Amino acid sequence: MTSIGTGYDLSNSVFSPDGRNFQVEYAAKAVENGGTAIGIRCKDGVVLAVEKTITSKLLKPGANNRIATVDRHVGIVTAGLVPDGRHFVSRARDEASSWRSVYKSPIPISALSNRLGSYVQAYTLYSSVRPFGVTAIVGGWDSEAELAVDGQVGSGPRSGSGGKVDGAQTGGPGLYMIEPSGLYWGYYGAATGKGRQAAKAELEKLDLSSGNLNLVDAVKEAARIIYVAHEDSKDKEFELEMSWISTLEGPTKGRHEAVPQQLLQEAERAAKRALEGDDEEEEEAKANEGEQMEE
Amino acid sequence: MNHYPEVWGRPRDDVYGSYNPSYLQTSGPKTHTQSPAVTGTSVIAVKFNGGVAIAADNLASYGSLARFTDVKRLRIFGDSAVVGFGGDVSDMQYIDRLLESIDIRENYSAHGNTLNAKNLHTYLSKVFYKRRSEFNPLWNHILVAGFDENKNPFLSSADLLGTTYSAPHLATGFGAHLAIPILRRLFPEETPIEKISKEEAEAALRECLKVLWYRDARSLDQYSVAVITSDGIEVKENQQIEAQSWAFAESIKGYGAQVN
Amino acid sequence: MVGHGVMGVLGEDGIHVDMNHLKSGEVNLGTSIMAINFKDGVILGADSRTTTGAYIANRVTDKLTQVHDTIWCCRSGSAADTQAVADIVSYHLNMYSIVNNEAPSTQVAASLFQELCYENKDMLSAGIIIAGYDPRHGGQVYSIPLGGSLHKQPFSIGGSGSTYIYGYCDSNWKENMTEEEGINFVRGALSEAIKWDGSSGGVIRMVVLTSKGAQRHLYLPDTGYTGPGATN
Repeated sequence: MTSIGTGYDLSNSVFSPDGRNFQVEYAAKAVENGGTAIGIRCKDGVVLAVEKTITSKLLKPGANNRIATVDRHVGIVTAGLVPDGRHFVSRARDEASSWRSVYKSPIPISALSNRLGSYVQAYTLYSSVRPFGVTAIVGGWDSEAELAVDGQVGSGPRSGSGGKVDGAQTGGPGLYMIEPSGLYWGYYGAATGKGRQAAKAELEKLDLSSGNLNLVDAVKEAARIIYVAHEDSKDKEFELEMSWISTLEGPTKGRHEAVPQQLLQEAERAAKRALEGDDEEEEEAKANEGEQMEE
Repeated sequence: MNHYPEVWGRPRDDVYGSYNPSYLQTSGPKTHTQSPAVTGTSVIAVKFNGGVAIAADNLASYGSLARFTDVKRLRIFGDSAVVGFGGDVSDMQYIDRLLESIDIRENYSAHGNTLNAKNLHTYLSKVFYKRRSEFNPLWNHILVAGFDENKNPFLSSADLLGTTYSAPHLATGFGAHLAIPILRRLFPEETPIEKISKEEAEAALRECLKVLWYRDARSLDQYSVAVITSDGIEVKENQQIEAQSWAFAESIKGYGAQVN
Repeated sequence: MVGHGVMGVLGEDGIHVDMNHLKSGEVNLGTSIMAINFKDGVILGADSRTTTGAYIANRVTDKLTQVHDTIWCCRSGSAADTQAVADIVSYHLNMYSIVNNEAPSTQVAASLFQELCYENKDMLSAGIIIAGYDPRHGGQVYSIPLGGSLHKQPFSIGGSGSTYIYGYCDSNWKENMTEEEGINFVRGALSEAIKWDGSSGGVIRMVVLTSKGAQRHLYLPDTGYTGPGATN
């Protein structure tokens, strides 16, 4: 790297002459080494998935979760330095609960992401701190029902409130990705970590903006994408961890939960089959070529 | 008017005596709520074979005014505990939100909310005791119903002072005077709770609420009942007190010697 | 009287030189206020009398206070306290709409009002009704009585005059009224409250909140509260 030795990369809060903050860029490098994490947003929910690299045979399978629940309706997955991710999640929980204490309602996903973006950005401004070594994917569901005030007593007219406008904005899925610089955007599909390039390519193929993919299929796609993204580091073992948030009528009733074991295993089997299928097709193609050559 | 502008418009010392600034001192005792404003009346509950039934009417009174008639005073915590609130409604809402925040925190872990009714009761009694020790009590008397760590039915009470007690059947407020004697007669001490069915327990509560409706001037004939069993919580809100006895009023004439 | 615990001195002639006393003599909104749901939104209504003891300090008071575009409140209790609370909520809702790039819902306004009224219950005498309209939730009415509890209601009445019209309102209330029926209901109720409550009086003010925005109405006592009606 050309910047090494110039001195401009040693302190946070110091720009290089060409306007870069190298500490932030190094933080992004830390993220690139982390296990792949993805999020998929569909009309009826959001799926989060992460490739949990197994660092020791002595770790208990299924324990040491990497996807965290923030409020009932929000989940966060991070790629990069695990302890930084923990701190980030802890801040997210504080933000969600402070919103509740003021507004007596769940925090909208957009507002939570905004606050977290500001928090992460502040860690690029001071020489006394280093930036976050994580990129976080925030997924959640803003309730489509009429929101009650927390602890509400009483009710409005039995016939319902008058004057409601059809087609008014009424909640829905939210998916945001926050980078070490504090930059964040809303996404249909988000990927970060080691296998992000392959994962992004796969996400783009899903045509998520058309709204045709449903939540259960998205779970299966997410599992497959994590497996595809893992192809480049095949020698290392990993565990797939997935969570989801559905509509109020859907399987999780608007809550962020781990994907049930049965569906997870089903998705995992389908993912493995898809990968083997790819290999077989390639081999078949090669075999055909061989035959043709013989002819 | 004299040449001391700071005393213009103030009571004259030579007429009224010198001004007593004691009320301005900030070192005096800090005072807090010493009375509730909008209140709920009794909560009653009974243990039965395999669970607990709890009930309260839907009224929030403002003094003697029956101000809010759609206030649900049974609040659900997790999937197997119910808290019934008597006393101040604003403090009930505060505690309800406190419980909600605990439930959210418990669900951070993959195991979910593992707090049972007994844990909840211990916690709430300490919240009450802490607040009364700050001379700023939460003005409630509550019943907590659910299960203990051994999955046995649990029922216990806590009040604004942090006082706690348990019994197979409990009641707060007027219910402590009117419902408890009825429940004691229906379910004597020597009857094991295994002998009491869910239906009997629920019917007993409805009967007690009827007596409370007759004799508690701060009660309502619309109420809620919750039945907690190992299958979960069944809540019935907007219940109506039925089979009331009033027609005998026809035979009551005058207040003594009068016959017509 | 909620107060400061320590009493002042009593002067020779019985004049109480005491902040507690001064506070209880302050300008009071001994009032009749109400808000109702109707077919297209909500209607808020209030009398216009402000008293200091038996003296009418203001006979044309506006007790209907805007805290956001289509979120308003009716104030009762201490004028100073309720104005301060409404000002704080108004500031927070303004900030909310800027920060979140979205108008606050009526629930948000009600929550802010409740937080202030509950946490400062020792120091406030405020009974507030919040009514608002937003396209998603339609019209909503919330009541915050003295202790700082929050109640969602189909319609709400408050202030000293309201005790005289519980019967009127309970008997005449209908769900899904038209705007005209709603206005007649509010006007009928408030004119009764004004008739029987010495601390209520003057004109009847109303605000109608619908998808079309806020519309003020005024009804004068010397015309039997028949008009002039809509004023903006």
